[in-house]
Amino acid sequence: MVDLKVNSQLASKILTNFIRSEITRVGFQHAVLGLSGGVDSALSCFLAAEALGPENVLAVRMPYRTSAQDSLDDAQKVIESTGVNSMTIPITEMVDPLINRFEDMDSIRKGNIMARARMVVLYDQSAAFNGLVVGTGNKTEILLGYSTLYGDSACALNPIGDLYKTQVRQLSRDLGVPESVISKPPSADLWAGQTDEGDLGFTYAEVDQLLYLLVDERYTPQECIESGFESSFVNAVVKRIMKNQFKRIMPPICKLNNRTVGYDFLYMRDWGT
Amino acid sequence: MKCKLALSQINTVLGGVKANLDKHLQVIDEACSQNVDLLVFPELSMTGYFLQDLVPTVSMRPNITDPLFKKLIEASRRLDLVVGFVQEDERNRFYIASAYLSAGEVLHVHQKIYLPTYGLFDEGRFFAWGDQVRAFDTRFGRVGLLVCEDFWHASLPYLLWQDGADIMLFTSASPGRGLTQEPQLDSARWVDHINRAYASLFTTFVAHTNRVGYEDGLHFWGGSMVYDPNGNVLARAPQQEEALLICEVDLNQLHRTRVRLPLLRDERTALVERELTRILSQGNRPAGR
Repeated sequence: MVDLKVNSQLASKILTNFIRSEITRVGFQHAVLGLSGGVDSALSCFLAAEALGPENVLAVRMPYRTSAQDSLDDAQKVIESTGVNSMTIPITEMVDPLINRFEDMDSIRKGNIMARARMVVLYDQSAAFNGLVVGTGNKTEILLGYSTLYGDSACALNPIGDLYKTQVRQLSRDLGVPESVISKPPSADLWAGQTDEGDLGFTYAEVDQLLYLLVDERYTPQECIESGFESSFVNAVVKRIMKNQFKRIMPPICKLNNRTVGYDFLYMRDWGT
Repeated sequence: MKCKLALSQINTVLGGVKANLDKHLQVIDEACSQNVDLLVFPELSMTGYFLQDLVPTVSMRPNITDPLFKKLIEASRRLDLVVGFVQEDERNRFYIASAYLSAGEVLHVHQKIYLPTYGLFDEGRFFAWGDQVRAFDTRFGRVGLLVCEDFWHASLPYLLWQDGADIMLFTSASPGRGLTQEPQLDSARWVDHINRAYASLFTTFVAHTNRVGYEDGLHFWGGSMVYDPNGNVLARAPQQEEALLICEVDLNQLHRTRVRLPLLRDERTALVERELTRILSQGNRPAGR
């Protein structure tokens, strides 16, 4: 077993400084984030509140009609424990007209529509609240591609994107995120009883061990199998990482001229700040 | 002899040379008010680090014909300075450079020799490789200057040691990485280990100045430190925040340490030269595994 524990004090300092730096250097003071009731957005909210002051953070709850009451309640606990501003904007009336046009729409399509509707709400609030959207995607889901492109993955900065789910849980616990938020099974909450681990077919605890070896320690898949992981599990995860690379990069631009964005027009986002 | 040394652990504006110059001048004022003799700024302190295509737009010539660099040269009449910048040479090659300025003169310019071009680094794509390592004389004795990856190659501190450097001034823009349960990042621990080793093995002073701040999602961890010739830590700046670390260095410690431990006296440079010549003449050899 790889020990994925992190020093919470150090992680928190680096991440809160990051949020403050990336938001204030471009002239903003405020952050906006979606609060689902899950641990990832709870941690992002705690970090943003610490970085900017709770009065400068707006947490938005965006339930759909089938969303669990528990999710709303847990999100409310995070709002109360951090003292951030909050708002509840149900997305049912936004998404149902589109969903209802297609009788045969599967749950993936529905889930993607909901995720993108939430993105629209957050970016609208970002303009209204004059803040930047803080992302809530962890390293495990980024590597596995377990997110909706231009949906929940859309943000201006993502403080927790280099923390595995296991580490998100540990840091959340150490920073005082309510226990009910941390200990419940992670879920996209798109339908009753849905869980991430049910969708993925393995647990975060298992896959984080494997991802750490593959990605951080640069083990070959064969070396992972020799370390005791099932070959079918290793192969499925490797395939998933590769297949979802498109979600992790900007769309390719076809090069025609001498200087092209993405290839030889290279500047950091923080250019000039 | 004593030298009041200060390490300026600053954040910089990426590509904002004028803003960075103003910050240098502010820190210089502060250091002067505390009677500092020698003030060291980090790698690329005038420009920021992940410059990419900004390189040709932020470059300077380290002489008084450059209106911004001239301000630094003028400031060096007040105290000795080490500054980090992008140097464009007369044939338009761009270097990561570090200059030692004193009494209105440019005493030395070091062009970074080892450009990391792997992992998160891409320096070799944008910069030319320096090709010289030289110690130089200052009013505090002979000094060696290296920039970041340079001191990850043991040969360069070794050469400076043999070239007479008793004070090694190392500068970095070192991105933080390797979060574990430890109270500091792996990158901070690695740098501490090697710098402590150089101070101990070469019985010299080592002062490492690292910057802080963020460029996109990458951050620089600071943690500037001064080591004496016994390998002891004389001063340590906080990590992850700006600081001006001031440390009075007693240069007589060189005498005391080298009486106890005459590693410099006993170093067999002729043997090193002979064996290195032999090794290099033999070409590649199999690793044996």
